[in-house]
Amino acid sequence: MEVAAASYVADVDNFKATELRLGLPGTEEEPQKTAVVPTPPSTPRGKKRDVSGPEDAAKKRDGEAAPLAAKVQMVGWPPVRSYRKSCFQQASSTKSKPAAPEETTTAAAGNGLFVKVSMDGAPYLRKIDLKMYKGYRELREALEAMFLCFSGGADAPDVNPSDFAVTYEDKDGDLMLVGDVPFDMFISTCKRLRIMKGSEARGLGSVKNN
Amino acid sequence: MGRGGSRAAPAAAAPPWHALPDEVWEHAFSFLPSASDRGAVAGSCHSWLRAERRSRRRLIVANCYAAAPRDAVERFPAVRAAEVKGKPHFADFGLVPPAWGAAAEPWVAAAADGWPLLEELSFKRMVVTDECLEMIAASFRNFQVLRLVSCEGFSTAGLAAIAAGCRNLRELDLQENEIEDCSIHWLSLFPESFTSLVTLNFSCLEGDVNITVLERLVTRCRNLKTLKLNNAIPLDKLASLVRKAPQIVELGTGRFSADYHPDLFAKLEAACAGCKSLRRLSGAWDAVPEYLPAFYCVCEGLTSLNLSYATVRGPELIKFISRCKNLQLLWVMDLIEDHGLAVVASSCNKLQELRVFPSAPFDAAEQVSLTERGLVDVSASCPMLESVLYFCRRMTNEALITIAKNRPNFTCFRLCIIEPHTPDYITHQPLDAGFSAIVESCKGLRRLSVSGLLTDRVFKSIGAHANRLEMLSIAFAGNSDLGLHYILSGCKSLKKLEIRDCPFGDKPLLANAAKLETMRSLWMSSCSLTLGPCQQLARKMPRLNVEVMNDPRRACPLDSLTDESPVETLYVYRTIAGPRSDTPAYVQIV
Repeated sequence: MEVAAASYVADVDNFKATELRLGLPGTEEEPQKTAVVPTPPSTPRGKKRDVSGPEDAAKKRDGEAAPLAAKVQMVGWPPVRSYRKSCFQQASSTKSKPAAPEETTTAAAGNGLFVKVSMDGAPYLRKIDLKMYKGYRELREALEAMFLCFSGGADAPDVNPSDFAVTYEDKDGDLMLVGDVPFDMFISTCKRLRIMKGSEARGLGSVKNN
Repeated sequence: MGRGGSRAAPAAAAPPWHALPDEVWEHAFSFLPSASDRGAVAGSCHSWLRAERRSRRRLIVANCYAAAPRDAVERFPAVRAAEVKGKPHFADFGLVPPAWGAAAEPWVAAAADGWPLLEELSFKRMVVTDECLEMIAASFRNFQVLRLVSCEGFSTAGLAAIAAGCRNLRELDLQENEIEDCSIHWLSLFPESFTSLVTLNFSCLEGDVNITVLERLVTRCRNLKTLKLNNAIPLDKLASLVRKAPQIVELGTGRFSADYHPDLFAKLEAACAGCKSLRRLSGAWDAVPEYLPAFYCVCEGLTSLNLSYATVRGPELIKFISRCKNLQLLWVMDLIEDHGLAVVASSCNKLQELRVFPSAPFDAAEQVSLTERGLVDVSASCPMLESVLYFCRRMTNEALITIAKNRPNFTCFRLCIIEPHTPDYITHQPLDAGFSAIVESCKGLRRLSVSGLLTDRVFKSIGAHANRLEMLSIAFAGNSDLGLHYILSGCKSLKKLEIRDCPFGDKPLLANAAKLETMRSLWMSSCSLTLGPCQQLARKMPRLNVEVMNDPRRACPLDSLTDESPVETLYVYRTIAGPRSDTPAYVQIV
C-alpha cells in the first residue's frame, strides 16, 4: 500500500503546482479543464441557470485566495436547490423580483426588474425597469413621459394628474393603487402596472384623498 | 431468538431449530426493523433467505438501476411499501442534464403486476409521469401513501387521477417536485365521501387551488395531521383553514406576506390558539414580520421549525425563535446572523438539527453577518445537536476544532463555505486541521461535506478516522490522486462518494476498484479523468455500471473518442441488472 501510495504522491505542500485555474484554453498548462461548461437544467421546465462562460473574466486562484470583482458563476455552486434561488432573490433588497415561475424574465444576478405597463386606450404596452427608480416621484415622471403621447394629443404638457391613476397588480393578483406602501415593498410585490384614465381613475383618486 | 426448541418437553421433541417451518421464521423476522438486519439474515442460509424474502414488507431500492424492477418484485412478493430512488444527489444542483433516466414507469408497471396489495410508494429524484400516477390509481386497491420527493414529469392531471382513484389514500406528500400546472382542479376530484386523509402536502405546487374545495376537504378529513399549503394560499385563507383543522400537528403556511391588518392578525392569532397539537411549522414564504407574533401561542410546543423561506430579518425572527424552547429541528436563512444563533444557542437546548441556508448565494460581497461564530455558539450550548448544514463565507481551523471538541456526537456535518478554496481567514492555512478534528472526534459521523481550501492531508485523516462515514461530498479540494486514494482505501463504511472539481485522476479508481463494489455509487465531475482507464475499470469490474457523461451539446459520438479524451462526468454504481438500456445520447456505459 505504501508503495502504491508513493506512486502518485504529489508534493502536498506545494500549492502552486496544484492551483486550480479557470481560464481560456491554452493560457495555462492544465491537463484538464475545470468545469465552467454550462449544462442545461435538469428539469423539463427549463428553469434557466445563470452561468457565465469561460469568456468572462478568468478567476485566478492562489494560496491566499483573494476573490476577484468579476465572478465566474459555476454550475451547481454553491449547492442550493434551484427553487431556493428565487427566494434568495426575494431576500436581497437590491435585487427583488416577484416570486413567480417567471425565472426566465430575471436572471440570477443584477439584471433589471422589468414589468409591463399598460395604459387604458393605448395601442401597445411598454416595459420599464423598476430598479431604475429611486422612488415614486421618479417612477411617476417616467410613466408620464412614456405615455404622454396617448393622453391629450397636441396639448400634451397640460395633462391633468387627476385624470390618471397609476395602479399595479400585486403578487396576489389584486389591483392596487400605487403609492400606499414603501417603495421597496412596492417593487418587490409589483407584477405589472396599469395606468387608468377617465372616470375609473377619478373614482380611485377620490378614495386616495380620503 | 429461535434457537432451541423447548427444552422442557421430554418425549415429542420440538423440531430442531434449523428445521422450523418458514412461517415461524417469517414471524421472527418481522421483529427486525432495519433492512440491513433483514439482509443479514437473508444471507445466512437458504431457508432463511426464503423465509425472509417472502415476508419482507418494506423495500428500499436506493438506486433504481441497481436491480431490475421485475426481479425486485419477484424476489420480494409480499412488499406493501416500496421506496425507489433515482438520479444521483448532484442532480439537485443541476449537474445532471435532462432526460438522463430514472424513469419510475418500469417500477410502477412491475409493482402493478406483482404487488397488487401495495399500500405505499415513494419516489425520489425520478421521472414520474401522469401515466404512472394513473397506473398507481388504477392498480392498487388499498393504496394509501404516495410520496414524491424531487421528482418531475407529472402534472396536476396525474394528481387528479390519484385523487379520484385512491379511495383509501392517507398521505399525499409532494416535496420539492416540478409539477406542471394543467389548471385541472385536482382537489375537487377527491369524492365527498373521501375522509381518510392524514397528510396533504402540496407546498411545491405553483398554481392556484380551489380554496373552497380545500376547506371542505380539510373539514371532512377529521384525521388530518399534516397540512402543507402552497404559495397560492393567502394569509386570511390560512387562518380559516387552520380553524377548520385544530387537530393539526404539522402546518406549512402558504403565502405569508400581506399588508398588516389588525383584524387579519387577530383572526390568525385566534386560529393558532386553537391548535393545541401543532408541533411542526414550515412555509412562511416572504414572511412579513408583523404577523409572526400571531404564532407565538404555538411556539412553546414546536419541535420543528422550517423558516428557510422566510426572508424576515433580525429582531422579529429572533424573538420568535427564542420562544421555541422545545425545538429539535431548525431550518433558517443566514439572515438570522451570528447574534441570532447565539440566541438559539441559549434558548433551544434540545436542538438536534440545524440548517442555515444562504440568502444571497451568488453575491460576491458579504451581505449578512453570519460567520463561524454562530456555529461555534450553537454547538457549544446544544448538547443534543447532531446534524448540521451550514452555509457561510468564512471559517477557521480553531472554530472547527472547538466545534469538534464540543460536539463529538455529530452524525451529519455539512459545511459549505460559499467561495471555493477559502482558507482559514485568520491564518490563511488550509482547513485540513479543522476537518480532521471533526472526523477524529465525531466517531459516529455518517455524513460529511467538506469545503474551503483543503489539501490531500485532510483526506488522509478522513480515510483513517471516519469509520462510520457513509456519505462524503467533496468539491474544489485536494491536490492530487493521493487524496482520492486515501478515501477509497480507508472509510470502511463508505456508501456514497460524490466529488466535483477536484484534481483527482483515475489511478486511485483502478487501484481501489474492489472498493467501488462495496459502495452504492461514486460520482466524479470536472476532475481529471480520461476515457481509457474508465473503460479499464468497467472491464475489471463487471458488476459495476461505469457511466461516462459528456456535455450533451457536444455532437461527437462517444465511440469516436480516444483513450485520452477527458471525461467530464463519471457515475459508477454497483448493480445486478447489468447495463441500463435507457441512456440518453450523452451517456455511455463503458
